Amino acid sequence: MPRLVSHPDEVKIVSSRFGKGAANIDRYLELGGYEAVRKCLAQGPEWIIEEMKASGLRGRGGAGFSTGMKWSFVPKQSAKPKYILVNGDESEPGTCKDHLIFLHDPHSIIEGAIIAGLAVGAKMGFIYLRGEYRYLIEIMERAVADAYERGFLGKNIFGSGNEFQVITQTGAGAYEVGEESALMESLEGKRGVPRIRPPFPAVVGLYGGPTVINNAETMANVPHIIRMGAAAYAAVGTPRNGGTRLFGISGHVERPGVYELPMGYNLKKMIYEVGGGVRGGRKLKAVVPGGSSTPVLLPEEIENLGMDFDQVGKAGSMLGSGGVVVIDDRTCMVEFALRTISFYQHESCGWCIPCREGTDWLKKSLTRFHAGFGTASDIDNIQYLAENMLGRTFCPLGDAAAMPTLGFVKKFRQEFEDHLNGKPCPYAREGVPQLTVV
Amino acid sequence: MSANSETLPVFSSALATRFDALVEKYPVKRSALVPMLLYAQDEVGYLSDAVIAEVARRIGITELEVRNVATYYSMLRFKPAGKFNIQVCTNIACMLRGGYEIYERFQQELGIGPKGVTPDGLFSLEEVECIGACCWAPAIQVNYDFHDELDPDLVPGILDQYRNPIQNKGKNA
Repeated sequence: MPRLVSHPDEVKIVSSRFGKGAANIDRYLELGGYEAVRKCLAQGPEWIIEEMKASGLRGRGGAGFSTGMKWSFVPKQSAKPKYILVNGDESEPGTCKDHLIFLHDPHSIIEGAIIAGLAVGAKMGFIYLRGEYRYLIEIMERAVADAYERGFLGKNIFGSGNEFQVITQTGAGAYEVGEESALMESLEGKRGVPRIRPPFPAVVGLYGGPTVINNAETMANVPHIIRMGAAAYAAVGTPRNGGTRLFGISGHVERPGVYELPMGYNLKKMIYEVGGGVRGGRKLKAVVPGGSSTPVLLPEEIENLGMDFDQVGKAGSMLGSGGVVVIDDRTCMVEFALRTISFYQHESCGWCIPCREGTDWLKKSLTRFHAGFGTASDIDNIQYLAENMLGRTFCPLGDAAAMPTLGFVKKFRQEFEDHLNGKPCPYAREGVPQLTVV
Repeated sequence: MSANSETLPVFSSALATRFDALVEKYPVKRSALVPMLLYAQDEVGYLSDAVIAEVARRIGITELEVRNVATYYSMLRFKPAGKFNIQVCTNIACMLRGGYEIYERFQQELGIGPKGVTPDGLFSLEEVECIGACCWAPAIQVNYDFHDELDPDLVPGILDQYRNPIQNKGKNA
């Protein structure tokens, strides 16, 4: 069972019910559950969308797009049914926050989806969880069944005359399916390859109908925003970055865990105070700030870095999924780069050639390089390959592979050069297995 | 395919009932395809030719279309794994906290290599990508069960749990 952690600096909004048995519907109701949806039924769709815009809530999956804006793009009139899609395919390395929401507060996701449905006029929602999360799917299915039984879901929700149905869906192992258009393909029973945009899902989405797709954490925030008020929620964060974020601190820290901190929280403080510092008192070498696709940051770059979408963007990386991976001074960054790119090579769906070929050649080059068979021109070649993947694919997986690679080469060029001596990895330690072929 | 597989039902009646409900649930029948393949695999052990044919029939698409989709998803397999499939995450967060040590220890304890199956068919072993347990690394899954915050010395105990499920039942509760 994933361990829950806490720290005095936390502001518990989305995690406020963690560890309180809220997967039980009666307990959820005791803790203020389903109050938000009742309020929304009274206030109407325009009010909901205005609240969402005012809250400053931005997509927690990684792209950071304004949730209120996204909902407002859905056409009011549509010949085809509209859909709500909750993305719980959580697969970005370094990210395990949705895991805890499904485990401890599944009804908040259902409630968020109902509210989204009311806002855009959708009568059906899907909650898609990655296939590996079987025990969480079972928790989610129980929660959905309980909500039906109480009349919170169905043809006449809360006796309001509004209809909202929810279907829980399992994936079967695919990172790419976490991409919005690939997710819709998967839900339609196809290979999870991306669709070209425009048209965007808000206009042509699932089964060709207008579709709102939000990350599970985004959706779980929605009822809280309605209950506490958009202004109060926005005030917790920084300008244009409302609320809190579930930050997953992992890697070489003393106290890894998922912590809910205000948007804009200082990254150095997050590692040294919240996470308890680098494990064993070692020195910090690098930080991956928002899941494996975000470019690595150096210790000097995190001094005054506030963790919100805009500040991390300005620092040359991305807030991404909020997965903070801490790396100590004994780690070989070439090996770390190799393991990162091996993942993207494995997960590339193969639809777009720059991604399919690019990730494969990057992996081959880095494998050879790490084994001590690299040449000086390989470093530039790796850079050239990665640069030519950027922006040339249907979906962001190509970028997600290229961006961190460029970061590793740019910031740790010396470590790459240290591998040019024709010998195995100079950073190897006795008793620690070396990464050769993944 | 065994000789009499065409005359025997492919799925248990419970699973068949579940599938009947599943195809009715969606606006489009085919949306049931990925869940059906995974649930069928859970029961049968892998996607045999008979499973693929039966799923295709139930959804009303060709076997080729089923295979086209099934080959995309990494959890779906076309040959049997062990009764307990051990999936060791070695992605970055687990790697930094000893995921490869865990993976090596499993190989030693089981005497099998990557993608291997023990001769008694009880265990199989594979390295997998991130399983969403990064903050509790290193982590593994045995079938769908998570085991987290591991240490190589915990490996023999985990294997024991699955070797002697009755004896260890009290411990897991």
